[in-house]
Amino acid sequence: MARSIGFNLLQVLFVVALAPLVSGVLSRLKEIVQSRRGPSILQPYRDLRKLFNKDEVVSEYTSWIFRFTPYVVFAAPIFVTTLIPVLTSYPLFFAFMGDMLGGGFVLALGGFFATLAAVDTANPYGPMGASRTRMVGFLAEPVFMIVFFTVSFVAGSTIPYIVQQHWVTPLANFLAPSHVLLIAAFIMLILAEAGRIPVDNPTGHFELAMIDESKNLEYSGTGMALMKWASQMKLLVLMCILLNVLVTPWGLASGRSVAEVMLAAPLVLFKIGMFLLVLVVIESSLAKLRLFRVSEFLGAAFVASVVAMISGLLSF
Amino acid sequence: MTISYALLTSLNGLAVGLFLMSSFALAATRQMQGCQRFYIAQSICLVTSAFFLGLGLHSSDLLAVAALDAIMKPIVIPLLLRRMVPEAIFRRREIDQVLNIPSSLLIALALTLFAFFLSGYLPRAAGSLGRINVPSGLAGLFIGVYALTVRREAVPQLIAIFCIENGALLCGFSIAPTLPLVAEMAFPFDILIIALVIGILTRMTHERVGTTQVGSFATLREGPGK
Repeated sequence: MARSIGFNLLQVLFVVALAPLVSGVLSRLKEIVQSRRGPSILQPYRDLRKLFNKDEVVSEYTSWIFRFTPYVVFAAPIFVTTLIPVLTSYPLFFAFMGDMLGGGFVLALGGFFATLAAVDTANPYGPMGASRTRMVGFLAEPVFMIVFFTVSFVAGSTIPYIVQQHWVTPLANFLAPSHVLLIAAFIMLILAEAGRIPVDNPTGHFELAMIDESKNLEYSGTGMALMKWASQMKLLVLMCILLNVLVTPWGLASGRSVAEVMLAAPLVLFKIGMFLLVLVVIESSLAKLRLFRVSEFLGAAFVASVVAMISGLLSF
Repeated sequence: MTISYALLTSLNGLAVGLFLMSSFALAATRQMQGCQRFYIAQSICLVTSAFFLGLGLHSSDLLAVAALDAIMKPIVIPLLLRRMVPEAIFRRREIDQVLNIPSSLLIALALTLFAFFLSGYLPRAAGSLGRINVPSGLAGLFIGVYALTVRREAVPQLIAIFCIENGALLCGFSIAPTLPLVAEMAFPFDILIIALVIGILTRMTHERVGTTQVGSFATLREGPGK
């Protein structure tokens, strides 16, 4: 049992420590595709160190919510990490604490506090971006629901560790239309939830066009660092769910020795690297959508998930 | 052939699922080019499904149909359309539509659910292999009819007619997989003639009236077009 808890903490450590690296690699790859050099892949770590060493400015008109929010937002992805398979293919100690729906609620709690904090500041751009984030969130919600429903219906469980076994045994399940369409819907969902390019531009500095970035406009110093780190972790957690639960459940440790779990880390990183390439292609070949076209983008995701659901219902 | 039946079912299901997605995209896209590209994608999915069904059911007729359609639908018909229809129409980026995109998607979704409901009453000769073809083909048919109704431009309406035909064919593969080749051959040539006739008609209309937007044809125009 102690070992199971240890592995669980190791997974958390993996996500916390490597999330900045993953987003550093992502932005570097994007720069290379656009024929530029770009900053080093370690730049996010340097940014975080710089921010942690800086003084924090807090407006005197804000309430406790503003100070409290970075910690909630930072804790949410860590909590979800304990529930999902990051390195091992068998359930760990905390895995039965909550299912995928529970994980979704915890991530939504972080988003809820970020919205509250943005409204709390009374900065005109914060609430505007927050309401847009909510709009994207509301449109993404039905897709999330249908994806969860289909996955749990097809696999007969809502615990991510059990779901992942289903798609590859037998291998024909992997190519089932419900599986492929679910993956497509989930990728679109990740793009919307993590504020990536067809929905939101993560590198944009123009306040009027911001969706996801506007939530940390008023933060500085430690608060800013926590918010930044949290959004990097959220992206990594969503990618882990996509890759380890839905797409490629290979490469995870199936044994209980420490060496096997340590070996899983580079394999998982390799899978994430492959997915980053896909993400870079998507982000470099599409333009940011106008705000009211976002509903069409998520409408397409919704259609994909519903088609996945009905073809799943038909074949099982 | 050592491909297992389960794998063939999955692959066919995948082709059919993508067929359904491209039908949705065809009904919901705003751009003329996109409309045509999604038609090509839909046809490729149709051909793939016919190929897998032909392999699974050992039907040489289906394989021949797949080969014929592979030449006709994704290659010959788009080329023909590009030659027949004036370039000015394809350069227009936004197509007028009576309903907006999200409600179109929802209606298409409702039609798909209806098709899945309806398919329970239809015979299935292809067994479990082509089980998914019947509802998806019906859905493609309905979505094509819907797109035909709401589009206000001649060429997307023509493509919607092709979508109806594709849906009927996808459904037909599964209901009657052993239909003689002669009967199956009628379809591709049939739509070739449709494309030709409507293409010429569109060209004439464009030359005489200057537009092919069906929505603006509400009033009669007297005298010679020029």
